[in-house]
Amino acid sequence: MADHADEPPAHPDVVLCPNGPILLRGDHVVLDEDGVEHRTWRPVSAVCRCGTSAIKPWCDGNHKAVQRAQRR
Amino acid sequence: MTLPAPRGSLSERVFAALPTGRTAGLADAPPPQDANDAHVTLWALYELHYRGFAGVADELEWDPELIRVRRGLERDLEEDLRGRAPAFPDGEDFAAEFFAFVADHDGPSLAAHIQRSATHEQVREFLRHKSIYHLKEADHTSWVVPRVSDRVKAAVVELQYDEYGGGDPNRLHAQLFARGLAASGLSAEYGAYIDEAPVEILEQNNVMSLFGLNRRLRGASIGFLAAFEATSSGPSRRMAGGLERLGFPAELVGYYTEHVEADAVHEQLAVRTICGALLEEEPHLREDVFFGGWASLHLDDRYAERMLAAWA
Repeated sequence: MADHADEPPAHPDVVLCPNGPILLRGDHVVLDEDGVEHRTWRPVSAVCRCGTSAIKPWCDGNHKAVQRAQRR
Repeated sequence: MTLPAPRGSLSERVFAALPTGRTAGLADAPPPQDANDAHVTLWALYELHYRGFAGVADELEWDPELIRVRRGLERDLEEDLRGRAPAFPDGEDFAAEFFAFVADHDGPSLAAHIQRSATHEQVREFLRHKSIYHLKEADHTSWVVPRVSDRVKAAVVELQYDEYGGGDPNRLHAQLFARGLAASGLSAEYGAYIDEAPVEILEQNNVMSLFGLNRRLRGASIGFLAAFEATSSGPSRRMAGGLERLGFPAELVGYYTEHVEADAVHEQLAVRTICGALLEEEPHLREDVFFGGWASLHLDDRYAERMLAAWA
């Protein structure tokens, strides 16, 4: 079983998802482009990186629609 | 919840045996009459593992005759589903391929219809159907927790914790939906609308339980979860727009806007952290992860096709 492998599994506080948002684990205050502070409240939050989210600073998954349109 | 109404000869026999506990006679039960009969029977047998029924003894959860009937129906369901499944991509980068597989899937969109042109009564019908799942939202995934390694278990629970409101019963997703139903003048009672659930809804719910309650299908269970989450944010935004257009109450709109934000997190966790960790440890489950993901998309399509035809 891989449960007790030598290397402990990674559990970073900040994760940059390829072609996706930044995941933040734990409590953070995010300052948006307009200088407004947003406090995280979920165990994990997703911050928009593509700039097209309708609920910024949080991700709403819209990067997928943007990427899909670009592929066509 | 009371037992659903039978939909054929098998469900009649099984639902007659449940209140009495006299299940020995089910040894010569007839085969299901049709898909409706099979799925309502299986749905009720699975429900014994969730909340059960008023007037049915809790001990029947593990009654050998009922389990035998359940196993037969499960085998048919899994065989049928695997027979419908396409070939799946087989490459190196699971997350990229899984997201692409979901993105390339082109199905009919009920959310787009509800956003633009559904009537008030159509949306109420949709909500009654969806209540079968949303009032026990995320429960089927919890079955997976004790069946995977510590690392995968922690990843599943990190997501499930958010589904269950971070420990706050007021924010639990099933509770948000219950409040949305009540505010809309619909019953928030668990299973209240089971008798009007079309076979596609029963099938969707049964597949979630099939994957959750069978340890060998743990890959399919988390694959189902991953595709479900990966197709939720956008449609939830459209749902919220449609509900606002039709003047539904803020509690119900709030259930969907919560899913726009939550599921943009959950899709990343499900695909990368949960499926990623499981497949590193058990790479032979890759096919099943895709199978579960495909099943989620496919069953959603079948329900959408039915309702769009019914409403046309």
